[in-house]
Amino acid sequence: MSTNTETWQKHGTFENKPLLMTVLVTVLISIGGLVELIPLAAVESNVPTIATVTPYTPLELEGRDIYIREGCYNCHSQMIRPFRAETMRYGEYSKPGEFVYDHPFQWGSKRTGPDLARIGGKYPDAWHYRHMEDPVATSAGSIMPRYGWLLTDTLDLSLTSRKLKAMKMMGVPYSDQEVTDAVAMAEAQAKTIVANLATANIEATGDKEIIALIAYLQRMGTDLRKGQDGSTDAASGTSEVGHE
Amino acid sequence: MTEETPGAAAPPAPVYDDETPKKFILAAVLFGAVGMLVGLWAALELAFPALNLDLKWITFGRLRPLHTSAVIFAFAANVVFAGVYHSSQRLLGTRTASDKLSAIHFWGWQLIVVLVVITYPLGITQGKEYAELEWPLDILVALVWVAFAINFFWTIAIRKVKHLYVAIWFYIATVITIAVLHIVNALAVPVSLTKSYSLFAGVQDALVQWWYGHNAVGFLLTTPFLGLMYYYLPKAAKRPVYSYRLSIVHFWSLVFLYIWAGPHHLHYTALPNWAQTLGMSFSLMLIAPSWGGMLNGLLTLRGAWDRVRTDPVLKFMVVAISFYGMSTLEGPIMSIRDVNALSHYTDWTVGHVHSGALGWVGMISFGMIYWVVPQLWKRDWAMPSWINAHFWLATLGIVFYIVPMWVGGVTQGLMWRAFNEFGLLKYPDFTETVMALQPFYILRAVGGTLYLVGMIMLGINIAATAFGKAPAPVAAKEVAA
Repeated sequence: MSTNTETWQKHGTFENKPLLMTVLVTVLISIGGLVELIPLAAVESNVPTIATVTPYTPLELEGRDIYIREGCYNCHSQMIRPFRAETMRYGEYSKPGEFVYDHPFQWGSKRTGPDLARIGGKYPDAWHYRHMEDPVATSAGSIMPRYGWLLTDTLDLSLTSRKLKAMKMMGVPYSDQEVTDAVAMAEAQAKTIVANLATANIEATGDKEIIALIAYLQRMGTDLRKGQDGSTDAASGTSEVGHE
Repeated sequence: MTEETPGAAAPPAPVYDDETPKKFILAAVLFGAVGMLVGLWAALELAFPALNLDLKWITFGRLRPLHTSAVIFAFAANVVFAGVYHSSQRLLGTRTASDKLSAIHFWGWQLIVVLVVITYPLGITQGKEYAELEWPLDILVALVWVAFAINFFWTIAIRKVKHLYVAIWFYIATVITIAVLHIVNALAVPVSLTKSYSLFAGVQDALVQWWYGHNAVGFLLTTPFLGLMYYYLPKAAKRPVYSYRLSIVHFWSLVFLYIWAGPHHLHYTALPNWAQTLGMSFSLMLIAPSWGGMLNGLLTLRGAWDRVRTDPVLKFMVVAISFYGMSTLEGPIMSIRDVNALSHYTDWTVGHVHSGALGWVGMISFGMIYWVVPQLWKRDWAMPSWINAHFWLATLGIVFYIVPMWVGGVTQGLMWRAFNEFGLLKYPDFTETVMALQPFYILRAVGGTLYLVGMIMLGINIAATAFGKAPAPVAAKEVAA
């Protein structure tokens, strides 16, 4: 028992030496983080690339920033887990390679509303327009707030080019041409959405925030399907996906 | 070396800086009440969506980050700072090294809080949970934290008591780890003064975020509060800490294990399986050091249990430590992948967080505040009967909060995965599962209201005590401190 006590008393060395203790704490808290973070970044097979996954268009990127601004991630996840109940409800489960251009990720942690990882193409543009204007109009019983200002507020494209440039800096493969033409590209894409809305008798102009948000929502989760002739089983989450 | 009564070996008291802890306590109570009010409003928005009032600034999506940041960084952190500044001086037997740094720390931190209150409702956010601050604010946080760290380590350097009491170990772990977490997770490329993009993308960003998010819980809501427990519980109970050895073992194992557990927030996601398994395994191992801390706290009260019935400070602390034990068991259980498959994305998680936040962080903070305010202001409480009322309101409030969230969360999780006899989803319409939660959301708001009323009573009591008339000096209590 006395040697045991001596062992414990050795800890007293630390208790009188704050610098030693601080160094030891720093080492101990670093180990777990480093072991998890470094292999994930360094070993490629952890995030298999998917050839059909491409960067967001300038308008989609602006829409994504509105999604972030409104804090949609507080109620909606973007991460379908590989369970039958989830793939039946939402579609093909999410693959690591689908998120490589997501700065920041928006997987969320709570489903007060449904998952949105495969919302793209699920409803027509007009549905999203009506839904943002008044969620209850399209989904009876919804507790989502109305987002009327998205229909009236003007979309700010003054930073779009710089946003693409920042993304490019971090390795998102935008061309210099795309960075320069970002605003023109956004405006062109906005026109197609306005035209879609017009077919549903919605008179909208392309300079509103709702247009960018619709562009983003309709893009979400659709890359896996590109060039797959509609078959979903090929979307296996490996680099074989999507030969072009 | 084996001193178990905090501050017992301190030489005759020098002139301590009590103004800094006083200010931090006032800020904590003020911003804590605001943060809880925002939380209550957000909860009511889920029960009654009309309360979003069609105003962009207060929609749930903008209000919820304001609530989480306010209660974590404006309530809990301010309590921690108050306790660290008050107890460190006494444990180290010296006045805080620099009054200037203390002032920079205090006012800098409150400036950050005010800027958060302005920017979040405007939609200025990095879109990462509990780290929504845009990059200029992130830099400000880092600078203020460095000022705190310098002041803290400088005070240790000039200490008169050679031996570092266990509370100081926990403070050291907090100061170091929060700095590391904050700086790495906040790395971003700015586009403008109010917009930036996270340096990490997708899977990597998710892992970094939850390494940060989980350990913000570990090192801002756990380690510093355990430090506070180790100082204030023996003081209030007038008993030495139960086991010196246990405190050594659970300190080092907690500090080492906690940091691995982040991936349990990402079970069954696109995060590689090996990382999920690591996160789950270490979460389960965390039960041991967490319960080590709980037992050391509860057993410190041996011989003083009769006083728990009458002393409201001890009541708060006992309930706090009990909730600490409960939520540190519930957390590891939820980190088991098969349990998580049900609990994740549901209100069960929200309930779990609040049993830790309201039960552990809130109650230990209240216990500390009710003990330390008479010491700091050298006055008795203006309305001592309100302390007991606050205790019961808070305890009842927690029950009304977490029970509906358990039931509601499990209900929703089961509805999402229910199949009918044809093997199709039984509730294909998501809104069906939303509507099933409405009664639970209303009950939860009742719990939140009770807790908030208690908090406001604390605020009024402090105001009446600190700024009211009748300066009845506390007889001889200061001697013990």
